[in-house]
Amino acid sequence: MKYVDEFRDPELITRAAEEIRRLADPNRHYRLMEVCGGHTHAIYRFGLKDVLPPNIELIHGPGCPVCVLPMGRIDDGLSIAMQPDVVFAAFGDMMRVPGTNGSPLEHKARGMDVRIVYSPTDAIKLAKVNPQKHVMFFAIGFETTAPSTALTLQRAKAEGIHNFSIFCNHVTIIPAIRAILDSPDMRLDGFIGPGHVSTVIGCRPYEWIAKNERKPIVVCGFEPLDLLQSIVMLLTQLQKGEAKVENQYKRVVPWEGNRAALKAMAETFQLRPYFEWRGLGFISQSALRIREEYAEWDTEQRFHVPGIRVTDPKAAQCGEVLKGVLKPAQCKLFGKECTPENPVGALMVSSEGSCAAYYNYEHRKANLLTTISASA
Amino acid sequence: MCLAIPGKIVEISPDNPNSALVDVVGMRRRVDLGLLEDDKPVPGDWVLIHVGFAMSKISEVDALDQMRTLEMLGECEAAVQEVRGYGLEEIEDTQPS
Repeated sequence: MKYVDEFRDPELITRAAEEIRRLADPNRHYRLMEVCGGHTHAIYRFGLKDVLPPNIELIHGPGCPVCVLPMGRIDDGLSIAMQPDVVFAAFGDMMRVPGTNGSPLEHKARGMDVRIVYSPTDAIKLAKVNPQKHVMFFAIGFETTAPSTALTLQRAKAEGIHNFSIFCNHVTIIPAIRAILDSPDMRLDGFIGPGHVSTVIGCRPYEWIAKNERKPIVVCGFEPLDLLQSIVMLLTQLQKGEAKVENQYKRVVPWEGNRAALKAMAETFQLRPYFEWRGLGFISQSALRIREEYAEWDTEQRFHVPGIRVTDPKAAQCGEVLKGVLKPAQCKLFGKECTPENPVGALMVSSEGSCAAYYNYEHRKANLLTTISASA
Repeated sequence: MCLAIPGKIVEISPDNPNSALVDVVGMRRRVDLGLLEDDKPVPGDWVLIHVGFAMSKISEVDALDQMRTLEMLGECEAAVQEVRGYGLEEIEDTQPS
């Protein structure tokens, strides 16, 4: 009941839910993928699944940067930080992500110099105040975060900070969507498009999904009402047999994206020929590496990176869950060996991972239903 | 990871046009404006902040909505922690407005 008062406008929620019921063809099963981990979190937190008719299934997509990072990359980063006088700096999200021999936090407990930073530019500050050390910033994230890393690289070069580098693990969302659409065991009817990624890339990069794949996609905000409205927009298109890119999150997302951010990314990064995604395997041109011009600030060009490859524990089915083939609770380890307190797979680490979201919120379901029946 | 926190520009740094003092969840922090080069905010404008960078200009109404969204998502505490962490050691905390 706690959340009942939190909804901005229960009446609008009710109306959107009714509209969804009206639009959904009872003889059809709809599979809609929310691409962004932030949406996955919101969907579970608000128990939105229970508001939807049973023939609308939400499939959780790959948009959680921590979740798709292969364990080998964490091991690579940690192996560099094991060298004398190297500082491992990363966002808080990274700290509990398991590597083969423990998470960054566990390595800190064993003596590694591990620091949490909240902005990549703070990693530069760390380098300035620790001139005798080398600060390596472990960069992760989609296009939401990559522009900040790009400007940080430019600042480091402009200021001539030489004891600083970036271990770049930035990935791009479009190739991941393409890989999912190419996956033979995946059938989807439409996409709830990522919100904050789209503030940077805009809506145009999704046009091929509509044109070539004939799937509707709606860029969406993070409130329950945003999500329900986006589902209404998707169903309306599906009912009319249309496939368009629409923007439900106009209050934040400009159609053309952020030109300055895209420019900074183009100046500092180039596409890698391929990159490994946890659960999805190698995807061509799906990640960013640092350009030659910034070699001095590129951990991979400055240090020997071992290129460790780790297979996920056999019993963990992160890959299937990540592709939406299995629901979190269908994994053999879910809630037993693998919990948010003691995660085996990365989907259990981040609050945006579908396993953690499912674990944390599923028992709170029916709250939204209560809201709706109370206001109806 | 995709946390976007609304903040209000208080002052553009006189010696660095890419740096602004921003009122954000009751604290004042330096925020980088480099990603808004094409549409520079001025004092009084609201922006969405992600990992220490202003990533888009928004209206005041949308800023308050966004704060609500964070509250609803249970991410206010994470937002405060993130903002508190900007600049490592910096600046004075103000009362929430």
